[in-house]
Amino acid sequence: MGKKRKMPGLNTSSTADISFILLIFFLVTTSMDTDQGLARTLPKPPEDETLTNEMKVKERNILNIRINKDNEIMIGDDPATLADVKERAKEFIKNPENKPNLPELSPKKIKGLGKTMMVTKDHVISVQTDRGTDYGVYFEVQDELVAAYGELRDEVSKEEFGRRYEHLTADQQKAIREIYPQKISEAEPKKYGGQQ
Amino acid sequence: MPELNTSSLPDLIFTILFFFMMVTTMREVTLKVKFDRPVGTQLEKLARKSCTSFIYIGRPTDALRAQYGTGHRIQLNDKYAEVPEVQDFVTSDRGELPEADKPFYTISLKCDKNTPMGIITDVKQVLRKSYALKIVYSANKKQ
Repeated sequence: MGKKRKMPGLNTSSTADISFILLIFFLVTTSMDTDQGLARTLPKPPEDETLTNEMKVKERNILNIRINKDNEIMIGDDPATLADVKERAKEFIKNPENKPNLPELSPKKIKGLGKTMMVTKDHVISVQTDRGTDYGVYFEVQDELVAAYGELRDEVSKEEFGRRYEHLTADQQKAIREIYPQKISEAEPKKYGGQQ
Repeated sequence: MPELNTSSLPDLIFTILFFFMMVTTMREVTLKVKFDRPVGTQLEKLARKSCTSFIYIGRPTDALRAQYGTGHRIQLNDKYAEVPEVQDFVTSDRGELPEADKPFYTISLKCDKNTPMGIITDVKQVLRKSYALKIVYSANKKQ
């Protein structure tokens, strides 16, 4: 038997079927949904349970948005609709006319721009809800607030760099974020009427 | 007519298979609650899925409704839970992460849009107490 026998080729015609089955198995058991959402950072818990660490915020620096159990929205002292939230928030954050009832403007040196700008650095937006408020409404209000910040950042980006915020470099974005830092309070909800 | 050469078909399928294995993640839990997430425009993508725990809040699925009623329930891992159990859930989930990833630990809240805020507020308070401060309100992108 000195002659080498030729090995017959392995029949691979079913490999395709096998890998198809594997593929389908993975399609079924995995999920592709890239999770998206609004990221938030909760405040640290109070050191002492009995101590109410209320932030001392001047009244003009805080924008209270309240949503009641019937999903009606109130901004400051006026009833409002979801569509009003963005404009009101933008006016509040920017305070373009330096009104006395809107947050105080103070000069702040922006490193990335090399100049000083007037910003409302102490402003806080607080969203308070009732226990019966729908999560969906709360979320939409939060979404509008983020949109307000987004539009303001876009405006100032166009002025400074001639481009939209999302097209800026990381350093430029950081500079813009210093002008309009997102300050949405996640503090614990209070009972209605118990305010102040 | 000559027969079509299918010898490269397995390679092709394998390539697709590997692609799917990379871009997808294993479905970790069977959902016991039904939730219709709110719709938003300003969403960010979740940065690190491996450092994220999910809390689902919604009504029991149709099949479980007879047994559990129609009230809003919290689901952690594979079972229903009450608010105080969130703390244990967070502690054990965070404990499994390598030390370097712990600062990136994030909780994704997947809640139905009709959930009353009361439950969500309670959960948030427990999360604060357990120092799981990074949260994401999960939502669908507006088309």
